[in-house]
Amino acid sequence: MSPAILLLLALLLGLAGWLAARARAWSFKRAAPKNRLAALPSYYGWYVALWVIVPVLIFIALWSAVEPQLVQQSVLASPAAANLPEFGMQRQTMLAEARAVATGAAKGVFNPDSRVLIEPFEKALFRYNIVGVVSTLLIGFAGGAWSFLRLKPDFRARTKVERIVMGILLLASLVAILTTLGIFVSLVFETIRFFGMISPIDFLFGTHWGPDPMGNPANPDPTRYGAIPLFWGTIYIGAIIAMVVAIPLGLMSAIYLTQYANPRWRKWLKPALEILAGVPTVVYGYFAALTVAPFVRDVALSIGISNASSESALAAGLVMGVMIIPFVSSMADDSIAAVPNAMRDGSLAMGATQSETIRKVLVPAALPGIVAGVMLAISRAIGETMIVVMAAGAAANLSANPLEAMTTVTFQIVAMLTGEGSFDHPATLSAFALGFVLFLVTLALNFIALRVVKRFREAYE
Amino acid sequence: MVTEISENSPAKMRARDVSVYYGSKRAIDSVSIDIETDYVTSFIGPSGCGKSTFLRTLNRMNDTIPSARVEGAIELDGEDIYRSGMDVVQLRARVGMVFQRPNPFPKSIYENIAYGPKIHGLADGKDHLDQIVEKSLRRAGLWDEVKDRLSDSGTALSGGQQQRLCIARAIAVEPEVILMDEPCSALDPIATAKIEELIDELRGRYAIVIVTHSMQQAARVSQRTAFFHLGNLVEYGETSEIFTNPREERTKDYITGRYG
Repeated sequence: MSPAILLLLALLLGLAGWLAARARAWSFKRAAPKNRLAALPSYYGWYVALWVIVPVLIFIALWSAVEPQLVQQSVLASPAAANLPEFGMQRQTMLAEARAVATGAAKGVFNPDSRVLIEPFEKALFRYNIVGVVSTLLIGFAGGAWSFLRLKPDFRARTKVERIVMGILLLASLVAILTTLGIFVSLVFETIRFFGMISPIDFLFGTHWGPDPMGNPANPDPTRYGAIPLFWGTIYIGAIIAMVVAIPLGLMSAIYLTQYANPRWRKWLKPALEILAGVPTVVYGYFAALTVAPFVRDVALSIGISNASSESALAAGLVMGVMIIPFVSSMADDSIAAVPNAMRDGSLAMGATQSETIRKVLVPAALPGIVAGVMLAISRAIGETMIVVMAAGAAANLSANPLEAMTTVTFQIVAMLTGEGSFDHPATLSAFALGFVLFLVTLALNFIALRVVKRFREAYE
Repeated sequence: MVTEISENSPAKMRARDVSVYYGSKRAIDSVSIDIETDYVTSFIGPSGCGKSTFLRTLNRMNDTIPSARVEGAIELDGEDIYRSGMDVVQLRARVGMVFQRPNPFPKSIYENIAYGPKIHGLADGKDHLDQIVEKSLRRAGLWDEVKDRLSDSGTALSGGQQQRLCIARAIAVEPEVILMDEPCSALDPIATAKIEELIDELRGRYAIVIVTHSMQQAARVSQRTAFFHLGNLVEYGETSEIFTNPREERTKDYITGRYG
C-alpha cells in the first residue's frame, strides 16, 4: 500500500474524529444550554482530529522508511532467494527488478533469474500492506478514542489546539534551520577528509591551483592545491568588478526612485527593476558569454591589446554587476525611504536644495542600510556560479588584469565535482573545502549585514 | 476676516487672500495677515483649522506635498514669494523653520549647526564657521550645555536640547523670519519653559511666527495672536486684546474652552 493511500486513510479518520467530536460538543450544549462550553464546538473537533492525524502521520513517515527493508528481509529469508549472488550490482538489480514487477511498476524482468523472486515479493508486500493499514487504523482509533474520552463541557479544547498548532509551526520553522545545519555538518566532514590529505596551510595560502584528478589519490601534490588564485578570482569578479558596476548604478537608481521619480513612474520602474532579480542566472550567463565577452574582447583588440581572450573576468564581472543592481537598489531604496521625512524637511527648510539634501542628509543617514545591502549583494555575487561558468573561464590566474580569464571558487566546485576523479580523490574532495570556505564567508557577510540593519532600524524607532 | 493692523506699517511678511488646496479640498480660505519683525505672532485654533498649513505656505514648505496648491499672494519685504522665478532655496534661507518634533540630523552637534552656513557659503574659513556655530548655540542658550561635546551626535541630546539645537541651526543661516510649528508639543514643561524664554530673547531680532495648541503659551510668548477656525482667519490682533476682549463670538468660545 502506498503512503498516499495511508495518508488518505488518515485524513478520513481525522475527518470522522472531527465530526464526532463536534457532534459531542453540540450534545454537551444541548444537555445544558445554560452552561457555556469552554471552547467553540469546532475546537473540540480539531482537538480530536489532530490527535488522530498527527500520530498517524508520524507512523506513516516511519513506516514508509522501514517497510521496504522489512519486505526485502522477508524475501531474502524465503527459499527462492537462496540462489541470489552474495553481493554487488547484480544482486541489487535482481531485487529491484522483482520488486518493480511485484508492485506493478514494470511489466516483466530482463533477468529470468529474477522471476522466482516476484512471488515472494508479492507475498511480502501483501503481508506488510495489511500490517500498515491495520496499524494506521489502530493508531488513528487509539488517538481518536483517547482524545474523545477526554472531552467534557469544561475541557479547554481551544488552548490545547492552539498549543498543538504552535508545535506544528515550530516544526516547520525548524526544517529550514536543521537543513542548513545538516548542510554545514556534511560539508565539515568532507572538508576534514580533504584536510587530512592536503594541509590547510597549503590550501589556504598556496598560489598555484591545478588539481590532477587522474593522479594517485594516496600521494597528492600539495603544491597543486593552492586556492589563493580562486579566492582572488572570486573577489576580483564578485566583490570588485561587479560592485564597481552595481554600487553606483544601484544607489543612483534608488535615489532617483525615492526622491525624483513621480509616483506614476515609480509604480512602473520599481517592479521593472525588481524583475531583474528574477531573471535566471543562466540567462545572464548566456548574455555574458555570447554578447558581453566578445564585445569586451573586440574593444580590447581595437585599442591594441592583442592578447585579450574571449573569456574575461571583466565580462563576467560586468554582467554580475548588472545582476546585483536590484539587490543594492532595493536595499538602498528601503533604507532611504526609512529616513524620517522630518529629516528631509529639516534640510529643505534650511534652504538646502534637493540634491544637497540627498547627498548630505539622506544618504549619510541611510548609509548603514546601504552598506548592509552591499554586503548582501557581495555574498550573493561570490556565490554566483552560472555567469562565471559561462563567461569567466577555467584558468586559475592570479592577475589584476581584468581582460584575462579567471576562475572562481564556485566554478572550481562545479569542475571538481563533475570531473573524472573518483569520489574519495583529493581533487574531488577539494570541492567541499572550497564550498566550506565560501559558506563561511557568505555566512559572515550576511551575519554582519543583518546586525548592521538591525542597529540602523533601532536608531529610528 | 481682514486684519485690523494698519496697511502702512512696515510688515516683514504680508499675505493677501491666500487659499490653500489639497487636491480639491480647501484647507485655507482667503487669509490675509501681516507679520512684523518687532513681535512674536502666534497662530492658535483647534486641530485641523489650517494654522500649520498656513505657516508652511510662508516658506513654501508646502511645495514638498505634491497635491498642495496655493492661491493669493505672500510677500516678503514686498516681493511675492510665489512668483515664477522665485528662488525657493534663497527664500528658505531667509525664512527658517523649526518643526513640531525635534529633527536634528544624524550628525555631530557642530555639523548640525554648520550645515546651513556651509550650503549657503556663509563662512569664510574654519575659524569663521567656528564663530558662527558658537554664536548660534549661544543665542539658542545651548552653548554652555554642549560646548565640551560638539562632536557628539545631535541625536544623543535630550528632546528639549534637540529642539534648541534645531533653533540654533535655523539661526545659523541668519534668517529674517523664523517659523515654529508647535515647537514645544513634544517637550516636557521644563524644556518648554526654556524654549519660551528663548523665543522671548530672540524677539525683535527676527520676525517669529509660532503655531501653538496651548493658549497659555500664546499668551505668554506672543504680542500678536491670530485665531484660525476651519481654514478661516477669524480674528487677528494684539494678544492681550484677543484673550481679554475678543471681538468675535467664535474666538471667545474657543478661548473660554467652549470647544477645541
